[in-house]
Amino acid sequence: VTASTAVTNRPRGKQRPGDRVFAGATRAAGYVILVALAGVAVFLIVEGLPALGADEKTLSGASNLAAYVWPLLFGTLLAALLAVLIATPLALGVALVISHFAPRRLAGPLGYVVDLLAAIPSVVYGLWGLAFLGPRLFPVYDWFAEHLGFVPLFAGPASATGRTILTAAIVLAIMILPIITAITREIFAQTPRLHEEAALALGATRWEMLRLAVFPYARSGIVSAVMLGLGRALGETMAVAMVLSASGVISLNLISSTNPSTIAANIALGFPEATGLRVNALIASGLVLFVVTFVVNFAARSIVGRRDRRMA
Amino acid sequence: MSSHLETNRPSGSTEESSVPEQASVTAPVTDPAGASHRMAMHRPRLPRWAPWLVAAVAGALSALVALTFGWNVAGWAILAVVLYAVVLPGWSRLVENARTAKDRLVTTLVWCAFAVALVPLVALVTKVLVEGLPVISGDFLTFSMRNVIGEGGGIYHAILGTLLITLAATVISVPVGLMAAIYLTEYGDNGRTARTLTFLVDVMTGIPSIVAGLFAYALFVLFFGEGVRLGIGGAVALSLLMIPIVVRACEEMLKLVPHDLREASYALGVPKWRTITKVVLPTSLAGIITGITLAVARVIGETAPLLIIAGSTDSVNMNLFAERMMTLPVFIYYSYTQPGVPAEFGQERAWGAALVLIVIVMTLNLLARAVGRHFAPKSGR
Repeated sequence: VTASTAVTNRPRGKQRPGDRVFAGATRAAGYVILVALAGVAVFLIVEGLPALGADEKTLSGASNLAAYVWPLLFGTLLAALLAVLIATPLALGVALVISHFAPRRLAGPLGYVVDLLAAIPSVVYGLWGLAFLGPRLFPVYDWFAEHLGFVPLFAGPASATGRTILTAAIVLAIMILPIITAITREIFAQTPRLHEEAALALGATRWEMLRLAVFPYARSGIVSAVMLGLGRALGETMAVAMVLSASGVISLNLISSTNPSTIAANIALGFPEATGLRVNALIASGLVLFVVTFVVNFAARSIVGRRDRRMA
Repeated sequence: MSSHLETNRPSGSTEESSVPEQASVTAPVTDPAGASHRMAMHRPRLPRWAPWLVAAVAGALSALVALTFGWNVAGWAILAVVLYAVVLPGWSRLVENARTAKDRLVTTLVWCAFAVALVPLVALVTKVLVEGLPVISGDFLTFSMRNVIGEGGGIYHAILGTLLITLAATVISVPVGLMAAIYLTEYGDNGRTARTLTFLVDVMTGIPSIVAGLFAYALFVLFFGEGVRLGIGGAVALSLLMIPIVVRACEEMLKLVPHDLREASYALGVPKWRTITKVVLPTSLAGIITGITLAVARVIGETAPLLIIAGSTDSVNMNLFAERMMTLPVFIYYSYTQPGVPAEFGQERAWGAALVLIVIVMTLNLLARAVGRHFAPKSGR
């Protein structure tokens, strides 16, 4: 940074046309990105606005746009929060294994294996959740419904296909696990070695060392990693669209066959056949999703600042 | 020495393997518990093989229970882990102390979390291999679905569409992303524009893919009217997702180029832009290619935006600028959810296509890592 500052601040010699053109081109590329981001908001607003005048028929029975989007937003938030709840402890465990528990020689390959989870396309996750995971979870849901039925979350009756919002959340959790793991393990690994050794020198066990030295150092990083995972879970489309058997209700019942849908899944399922104002309504719901994920990501990035932006 | 560390405090392995001197620093400090043969008064510790013994006993016991009650593998594994997580800390509590017992419990839980995280990966890959492999054949890869009802047909049109759309997305994203990265590292000077841009690029990586699809639709609908479906629209949507990844990857790589190289070039009177194109870029080329390949691997499996803007078709379409275009992810989605009658053929094709897609993505990933490892500059990380 210092060197490049020095380079531009020094007394300018000849300004060559090539320099000016190239610098202009790079700046233009930067502006293209900003314009594209603004364009997303602008085009979604332009195409979404007409939906304000949509009637009940186009909005699947909802009286206005807000009433149409709200159940979807509820489902989106519910699925994403569940996914984060499931994924966070697992991801922290995986990150700790890679950064502190596994032998050094194994850590690299283990990290790569977890990264493979991120490489699998979402539609394949959907396929797997629909054909493999859902049916296998039915006995568990059935057991839940029978023994924990007094809890509203498990009121049941259990869906025989297993295509419930809990299944969708589990698939989402698997999908966001590598993201949370990647960021947290990087931050765990950055803990100053002296802090760790000081804790060990005081006679701390490994767990006490983690609590004394590693977690305080990594706290903001963990929060931001979880929020990034949340952002990803909010916007994930295909896995939810395929796994979830949605009926657009608002319900906290996690294991029945009537589930709230999510915004993204609703768009994916409805868009190919949509015409007229229905398209605009779907785009308007997409705008809501865009705003929600933007806010979540914005907050996550602000928390961790620029220091750890290496991680994707 | 190293065996001491491992027996008394498994965490020692981290320090010990990284820097040899550090082990000698840590070891004496942890001695009170470890140097059993030198000190008469020491806290009792579980033998080194205690975890293995407990694991074996827990496994055997739960196998017995599982066989008696006819449980499946999952039941066996859960019972074994629970037994292990109760017995080992309990034993440690009796022989050692509460703190060590807690440490052992946490170690067990952490490794469990890791194992649980691997289960879906293994299950998924196995399932796709088992279902997909029998479907793959020469015909499957070289035929389209045109006029196919029931058995037969293939994914030629979808592979072609995926390759074309991803190629177009790469052609759009790489120049924009690379130039923006150059702006950030070489011209931005960490000024306000540069900082805003980096921050927004970060935020952009979180844009849901379906929103990118809606954006492309909303853009193209202005020119082509309602119901527009174009391959190039898919490429635009994918580039929106790809550009931030490319920017970050390239920026990281450009930052790794030592400043001495730039200074040396300036000292020879080379203009800045020639320095960038002739010195900076070639130096970081391998890393940039790795980053771009990973970005391609990331977007090639995207489904949602293509479902919205590229649509689906049964025929081969080589023209990005006209008509619907099939892609592998969309093919998988439709083949499985709307398989036609009888359903089995469509679903078989979906698994086959899923296998092909995974193979493509994995190949790109491995390729990227190979390029990165082979040509990586020795400096930096």
